[in-house]
Amino acid sequence: MSNWPAISDIAKQVKSGKLKASDLVETALKNLEAKQEYQTVIEITAERARERASKSDALVAQGGEAGRLAGVPFIAKDNFLAYGAKTTASSNILKPFEAPYQATAIERLEAEGAILIAKSNLDAFAHGSSTENSDFFVTKNPHDKTRVPGGSSGGSAAAVALDIVPFALGTDTGGSIRQPAGFCGVVGYKPTYGLVSRSGVIAMASSTDVIGPITRNLDDTAAILDIIAGRDELDSTTIEKDSKGYQLSTSSYQLNAAKIGIIREYMAEGLELGVKQVIDGAVNKLKSAGAEISEVSLPSLPLALAVYYIVCPAEVSSNLARYDGQRYGYSEQSATDLLSSYELSREKGFGAEAKRRIMIGTYVLSSGYYDAYYKKAQTVRTKIISEFADAFEKYDVLVGPTSPTTAFKIGEKVNDPLSMYLSDIMTVAANMSGNPAISIPAGLSSELPVGLQLIGPMKGDRKLLEITKACEELL
Amino acid sequence: MSVISREELLKLAQLARLKLTEEEISRLPNELSVILEYVRQLDKVDTSGLEPTYQVTGLKNITRTDELKEYQAKPAELLKNAPAVQANQFKVKRVI
Repeated sequence: MSNWPAISDIAKQVKSGKLKASDLVETALKNLEAKQEYQTVIEITAERARERASKSDALVAQGGEAGRLAGVPFIAKDNFLAYGAKTTASSNILKPFEAPYQATAIERLEAEGAILIAKSNLDAFAHGSSTENSDFFVTKNPHDKTRVPGGSSGGSAAAVALDIVPFALGTDTGGSIRQPAGFCGVVGYKPTYGLVSRSGVIAMASSTDVIGPITRNLDDTAAILDIIAGRDELDSTTIEKDSKGYQLSTSSYQLNAAKIGIIREYMAEGLELGVKQVIDGAVNKLKSAGAEISEVSLPSLPLALAVYYIVCPAEVSSNLARYDGQRYGYSEQSATDLLSSYELSREKGFGAEAKRRIMIGTYVLSSGYYDAYYKKAQTVRTKIISEFADAFEKYDVLVGPTSPTTAFKIGEKVNDPLSMYLSDIMTVAANMSGNPAISIPAGLSSELPVGLQLIGPMKGDRKLLEITKACEELL
Repeated sequence: MSVISREELLKLAQLARLKLTEEEISRLPNELSVILEYVRQLDKVDTSGLEPTYQVTGLKNITRTDELKEYQAKPAELLKNAPAVQANQFKVKRVI
């Protein structure tokens, strides 16, 4: 199906001189052009990419070490700063912004020879589940152009599904990697909170933001995670990576050693019938392969969305305070004094969803409401964390659908914020708790992809990837 | 049910340094109330004896040596994005 070889094979062939990084970059750029109608990217970094590719080819010609990702082209969501490239977060307020430094994740990938070719579309500031909140345009679903690709990392997920590049980077604050990966039929990985440095990534909700890869298969996910994971002095919230790393060995994990819990609350009402059938079918395959599977109840999980829509806007309202038109970004020139300069720059620079979240965040943090909303939400968060911890005493991984529905129609939910928020109902719990989680393609319902979500124990990224790899081979 | 009044909305907007349009002033109270009503389902959850969680990995006081390092971004590049610059500094409107 895919024209790109596995990531490790691409690098191997570039290093042996069989493939040229320059040719791979041209292929990726041609792919972008051929798939333009899907509107996956905001900016193409062709010049930068070509420069890096010829350097890489020269290095190989001289017998130098070109890295584990030599010549592998990739796309980053436009909330990653990349040196010399525009970084807008799909927002009008950052439309003129050029990154003066770059994200650690991009730095680490490029140090291993990967080549950034474009910045992908997202819901502005990653606020959304469809890319419809982008201040610029809507990305189309590769399986049906009248439908959304999911979001907020919709451009990245669609680009990988369209085979433009072998992998892309996304960010996941409430489901923004997994949900679009599910909608587009690709693999989306949300690591344990803190595993990947966020230095140089535009902050949304700092207590749940994570960075992860969107790929076509588990081997590629593991290869990318292995490079971007681990402590970074520039992000004091980062944790150590697993001592064994994340590369998966060829001897695959045996599923008959796995204890898998199906989350009852995610298989209940509100789940589209077609999605349920695909997930049931996938679970049966895992059962036939010898996995020990039973249903488990985590009654507080459905509350995670309510917790999220207090905590997230609260953190958003703080993180967006820096966009005030004074140091960078859009600045309203007609303003006569400092206060009106702030107010008018923000009024014109922020879209409807950013404003909505700033207002809710300001409300729940304001005096008199703080205990009732913010503190209460963070206490329910403790309950969610302890239910996960209890479940992982008995199970290796927990499974369920990634989303209650398949990709919805463009325009279907755009005027109803709450119904848009509900499309993250099955992904947000892992963000509130910090657990690693992944969405892999499980099958089709009415010709649209359905994602199977697997959630792992805290800091158990390696185990989650091993088990998911065994599942991938069966589905 | 929590309903946000026009006055409350304008107060919040002022705290958040947002100037709202007339369209937003008429649309937002209802939109925000629907969301706030949804999140109020947490009121019914028994959380007695539980502490709030603000950070999930338990890291504490991460420090590093306080030393000057060469960083990618140079002052001139950082200022390139500024709407107004004077004497190698950000220029803003009168503060006091």
